[in-house]
Amino acid sequence: MNLVDKQVVQTRMNKRIVSNKVMRQLFFLAAIFGIVVLTVLLYRIFSEGLPYLDWAFLTNFASRFPEEAGIKAAIAGSLWLMTVTAPISLVLGVGTAIYLEEYAKENRFTRFIRMNISNLAGVPSVVFGLLGLTVFVRLMEMGRSIMAGSLTMSLLILPIIVVSSQEAIRAIPKNQYEASYAMGATRWQTIRRVVLPAAILGILTGGILALSRAIGETAPLLMIGALSFIAYLPENIWSGFTVLPIQIFNWTGRPQEEFHLVASAGIIVLLVILVLMNSVAVFIRNKFSKRF
Amino acid sequence: MVVNVRNMMKNKKSNEFLLRFLEKAAPAFFLLCAVISILTTIGIVLTLVVETITFFNRVPFMEFITGTKWWPFGKNASYGILPLISGTLLITVVAMMVAIPVGLASAIYLSEFASFRVRKVVKPILEVLAGIPTIVYGFFALTFVTPMLQVVISDLPIFNALSPGIVVGIMIIPMIASLSEDAMSSVPSTIREGAFAMGSTRLEVALKVVVPAALSGIIASFVLGVSRAIGETMIVSVAAGSTPKLTTDVTDSIQTMTGYIVQVTLGDASYGSTTYYSIYAVGMTLFVFTLLMNLLSQFISRRFKEDY
Repeated sequence: MNLVDKQVVQTRMNKRIVSNKVMRQLFFLAAIFGIVVLTVLLYRIFSEGLPYLDWAFLTNFASRFPEEAGIKAAIAGSLWLMTVTAPISLVLGVGTAIYLEEYAKENRFTRFIRMNISNLAGVPSVVFGLLGLTVFVRLMEMGRSIMAGSLTMSLLILPIIVVSSQEAIRAIPKNQYEASYAMGATRWQTIRRVVLPAAILGILTGGILALSRAIGETAPLLMIGALSFIAYLPENIWSGFTVLPIQIFNWTGRPQEEFHLVASAGIIVLLVILVLMNSVAVFIRNKFSKRF
Repeated sequence: MVVNVRNMMKNKKSNEFLLRFLEKAAPAFFLLCAVISILTTIGIVLTLVVETITFFNRVPFMEFITGTKWWPFGKNASYGILPLISGTLLITVVAMMVAIPVGLASAIYLSEFASFRVRKVVKPILEVLAGIPTIVYGFFALTFVTPMLQVVISDLPIFNALSPGIVVGIMIIPMIASLSEDAMSSVPSTIREGAFAMGSTRLEVALKVVVPAALSGIIASFVLGVSRAIGETMIVSVAAGSTPKLTTDVTDSIQTMTGYIVQVTLGDASYGSTTYYSIYAVGMTLFVFTLLMNLLSQFISRRFKEDY
């Protein structure tokens, strides 16, 4: 007697193999969906924006006329914002990371700081905008200035910098510490002469990635009142300012079709800046990973 | 050259004070940095609570949470937050309907099917997608996705919930894909091999063994995605319109909580007016929503974590 019905086995087996093949293709399609979207997005933006992208576009101020509109003030504003945000957020972020990795004892307070940082990372950026508007712009009377914008941005990207700096510090082998202590170095000397030099590339990589997040961020700056139409360059950190994403937002919101093309040109500039920043970060990361 | 040892020792001694000071001051400075992150949280909560209390002194709490009409301008102002919440949820539901299937499927492909070479190409591209500023996505939604949808749905208004919803979903895909893939990759391969040895196909291993084993991480990534969708601002400000409406129709123009906050700060709601304070009440609601989602996500990934 035949215990196994070969016919049934055959049909079930076929079914399983076919569904395996079909689903594999579906999963593959899902995985390349991102590539398709990215291609379409880039193609649209470049085909629309490139004709508007010329030297005049980079050196003109904003204008009511699409042909004359430019992003001089926006680029200057973005540069100012980055220049002020970078040192503040790096000092605070790296300081927090060093505290957590080198000094903090494993107690309730330390766990609270850790939990606090991971929750801050999940707070929507508009809420940071509300904080900046209330505390920096109104309470501390900084007005709608670069300083207020930079402080808001620094707090927004602080969690990212803390986490990446912690990882960079944790990647240092323990024997480096032991060698330093064995030479009679104190804790601070070890941090200053061993930990920081060993972690600096990793910290910079994370810092650049965090800053590239800040340079594309729009909502918090809109809220603290960065302007969208200024025809002057910021003179100091108390000046009013505009940044690239806000200029793009402003052009996108206009009904005239031409301004959408101008917005595309602005997006190209923003994306080029982002690609440059990311390439630097990747370059540093590749160099960094060769150590130890 | 004569080395003056006595002078060297003297120098060393005079530096000692500075060194000892630095040794003491450094931890204090680093602690101060760490405390700033706590101050930020306290600042956020205090800002929201204080201004929200001012708002509730003018508008009854019950009207705020049960009212079905949000019209904060002019004389007959009405502050019922339900339309803003429904708008936010509408966007979130559409976004998750895009992000969950595509994100999970790409995670399964990358973790269970893809060859090393494919993974090496696809993963960086997902990272690039995750790094694109949201304003660019907003522009994409308004100038590309909406016109395309209008070809299919002929009476679709230029501002609607569907187009920004889809684009928010696209924005979240990389996050869900990479978090879910991390969860699946951490399932030990011995379990997979056990299933292969029983004669399972790759699909059966993926769906019946790996996904259930990594379920806590996968669900946590979905919840985190919901939180991101609720808090997303620029895409909805650009493409969803500014008409708060209690509706479940995705082709309607709606407004989200984030969209309202941006609209008010752009306009000229004078400082101290009820409209001005209303953004804090809305911000508070938004903050509570996203905080709950983030805590839930952390809870799920900790509580239901499978250890192998």
